[in-house]
Amino acid sequence: MYRYDHYDQAMVDARVAEFRDQCARRLSGELTEDQFKPLRLMNGLYLQLHAYMLRVAIPYGTLSGAQMRMLAQVARKYDRGYGHFTTRQNIQYNWIKLEDAGTILAELATVEMHAIQTSGNCIRNISSDQYAGAAADEVADPRVWAELIRQWSSFHPEFSYLPRKFKIAVIAANEDRAAMKLHDIGLQVVRNDAGELGCAVYVGGGMGRTPMVGPLIREFVGADALMTYLEACLRVYNRYGRRDNIYKARIKILVHDLGPDEYRRQVEEEFAQLRAAPGGGIDPPAAEWDRIAAHFAPPPFQASFADDEPDLADPDFRVWLSQNVQAHKQPGYAIATISLKPVGGIPGDASAEQMDLIADLAERLSFDEVRVTHAQNLVLPHVPKRELYALWQALDAAGLATSNLDLVSDIIACPGLDYCSLANARSIPVAQRIAERFADMDRQRDLGELKIKISGCINACGHHHAGHIGILGVDRKGVENYQLLLGGSGAEDASLGKITGPGFDEAGIVDAVERTVEAYRRLRADSSERFLDTYRRVGMQPFKEAIYG
Amino acid sequence: MAEQAQSGNDPETGLTSANALRFRADEPTDEPAVTLDSFDAQSNATAVRLEAGDDARALLPYLDRLALVEVDFPTFRDGRGYSAARVLREAGYRGELRAAGDVLVDQLLFMRRCGFDSFAPQSPINPAAAERALHRFPEAYQPAADGAVPIWRLRHG
Repeated sequence: MYRYDHYDQAMVDARVAEFRDQCARRLSGELTEDQFKPLRLMNGLYLQLHAYMLRVAIPYGTLSGAQMRMLAQVARKYDRGYGHFTTRQNIQYNWIKLEDAGTILAELATVEMHAIQTSGNCIRNISSDQYAGAAADEVADPRVWAELIRQWSSFHPEFSYLPRKFKIAVIAANEDRAAMKLHDIGLQVVRNDAGELGCAVYVGGGMGRTPMVGPLIREFVGADALMTYLEACLRVYNRYGRRDNIYKARIKILVHDLGPDEYRRQVEEEFAQLRAAPGGGIDPPAAEWDRIAAHFAPPPFQASFADDEPDLADPDFRVWLSQNVQAHKQPGYAIATISLKPVGGIPGDASAEQMDLIADLAERLSFDEVRVTHAQNLVLPHVPKRELYALWQALDAAGLATSNLDLVSDIIACPGLDYCSLANARSIPVAQRIAERFADMDRQRDLGELKIKISGCINACGHHHAGHIGILGVDRKGVENYQLLLGGSGAEDASLGKITGPGFDEAGIVDAVERTVEAYRRLRADSSERFLDTYRRVGMQPFKEAIYG
Repeated sequence: MAEQAQSGNDPETGLTSANALRFRADEPTDEPAVTLDSFDAQSNATAVRLEAGDDARALLPYLDRLALVEVDFPTFRDGRGYSAARVLREAGYRGELRAAGDVLVDQLLFMRRCGFDSFAPQSPINPAAAERALHRFPEAYQPAADGAVPIWRLRHG
C-alpha cells in the first residue's frame, strides 16, 4: 500500500500545526463559532447533536494494521471506545471534545492519517473497490489512480470553495463494488484498443434529494492526461454550478440542466485550453505514476499455497466461508469480509478491542492490509486459504463472524436522528429491528442477495435510493415516518429505487419489509433469482398489493 | 515580481495601508476599474472589475492593454473567482489581479496560487497573520498559476 515520503508527511504535519493554532484561537475566544466553522469543517470536525464529530479520511478504504490500531487508540482515549465506519470508507467518532481535536490529528499524522477534506465544499476522500489488488476481474489496481487523484486534489487552490461537496470513486473492474456511477465523478480504469490504461469518465451521479445515475462523459482518458481532464471537469462545475440553492448545487444538477452533450463540449473546450497553456496540462510524468504503482505491487504471495483448501469440518465455518469469503486472483488465497452487522448491532460500528484484533489479524494473515467497504464492513484482502479457519475462529470469538455479507441483515444505515443534526428520523433502530426480524440465518440465506439501505433524511447518506429495498425516514407533522422504495442498485447495473406508496411508522416499516420479502419468495422464478431481478421482471404492482393489499 | 507584501494606499478604493495587500513591484494603476459591461463600450479602459458570475474569458482579446483586473468575492464561500484568475493567468495575463470583497486570511494562500497578486479585503487582514498563512505549507501538490514547483516535480526532477 502507499506510504508517505517526506513531502507527504510535511504537508500533513503542516495541516496539523495550522489546525492546532485554529483550535487554540477558538478555545481562547479569539475566533467566534461562525469564524471557526469553515476552518473546522476543512478538518472533518462537525458540531452534531450531542458533541463534536470527527471524520477521519481512509483514502480509498485501505488501512495498515498500525493505522487500524491508531483508530482503536483514538476510540479508546478520546471517544467512548468505538468508532463508526461510513459509506465513504471513512471512520467517524461521535463524542469528540474540541480541546482534544488537535492532539488527535497529531497522533493520526504519526501513522500517515488525517482528516483533510473530509467535509466542506471541496473534493472529498477518494473511494474505491474494497477488493482492489485482490479481485480476479480488475484490469489494474485502481488505487494507483486514486492516490494520484488524492494528491492532485489535496489543498487544491482552485477547487476548495466549490458550489458543493465533490465525491470521486475509482474502480477497475466491470463488477462495481463502489457505487461508482452514483458519485459526482466515477472513473472506471479500462484498456483501450491499443492496450493502454486509462479511464472511462462518468460525471453527475449522486444521491441526495435528486438522485441521478451519472452519464458517461468520456470513454477514455489516458494515464498521461487524467488530472488535466479532471481539472477541466471541475473548472466547468466551479464556474457554472449553481450557488443560489444548496439543494441544486451538486454537479449532477449542472450536468442534467446542460445535458451531458453540452457539459461534455464545455469540458472538452476547457481541456483543450489547459493542454494549450504553458506546460501542456497539469499531469505528473509517467515516473510519478510508476512510483505510486510500485507501492501497490502485489505482496509476496506463496506459490506453494496454490492447492490449499480449508478444512470444512465445522458447519458454522462452512456457512461463513460460503457467505463472506470471495475468490482471490492468487491461487491459494481468499478475500475475507468481516461483517460489522451483527444482529441487533449498529451498522458500521466497531469497538476499540475489535479494531485491535483486526489489526493483529491483518498483520498476521493478510500482508498487513485491511479495507473498509462502502457497505460499512471490513475486508482482509489477502488471506491464505490454509489460515481461513483460524481467522474465522478468532473473529467468531470477538463477535465478528456474522455470516451475512450481502444478505438481508447486511444493512447500510446512516447515523440518523440518534446522532445527526440534519436527520428527520432514526435509522439505526430500524436497521436493528429488521435484522432481528430476519435473524434466522437459514431464512436469510434462502432469501439470497438483498441489500437494504436506510437514510434518516433526504440527504441519503444511507444510500436508500440504491437499495434493493430502500427506506427513507422523514418527519411527518412531528412524527417519524418511513417511506419504502424498491428496485435500486449501486452496482454495475445501477438504478434508482421507486417509492411504493404511503409511508409507515417504525413498527409498520419492519412489517412492510417482511411483506415485501415474502412476496418476493412467492414471485421469484426459482431460488437463484435475486430479489432485484424478480422486481425488475414483475414490476412494482405485485409488491404493492402484498404491502398494502 | 516582489514576493513580499507591500502595503500602500489605493486611490481608487480608498483603502488604507492597513487593509490592502499587494505583491507587485510596479506602481498601482490609478485608473478606475469599470464593469465588464461598460468595458466593452470603453475601448480605452485599462482596469476592469469582474463580478463573481462574469466570464473572465470575455477579457482574453484585451489582455495586452489591461493593467488591472479586480475580481469580486461576494462571500468567501463563492469560489468562482479562483477559476477566473486561473483562466486569465493561463491565457498569459501579466497585469495586476486583485481579489476584492470577502477575502479572509484563510483564503490568501489559495488565491495567491491561482494568480492573484493583490488584495482589497473588506475587513483588514493582519500582515503578520497573512505572512504566516502564506508560508504555512512547505510545498504544493499541484501546479497552478504561482509558479510553485509541484511535489511530483521535486520527486522526479
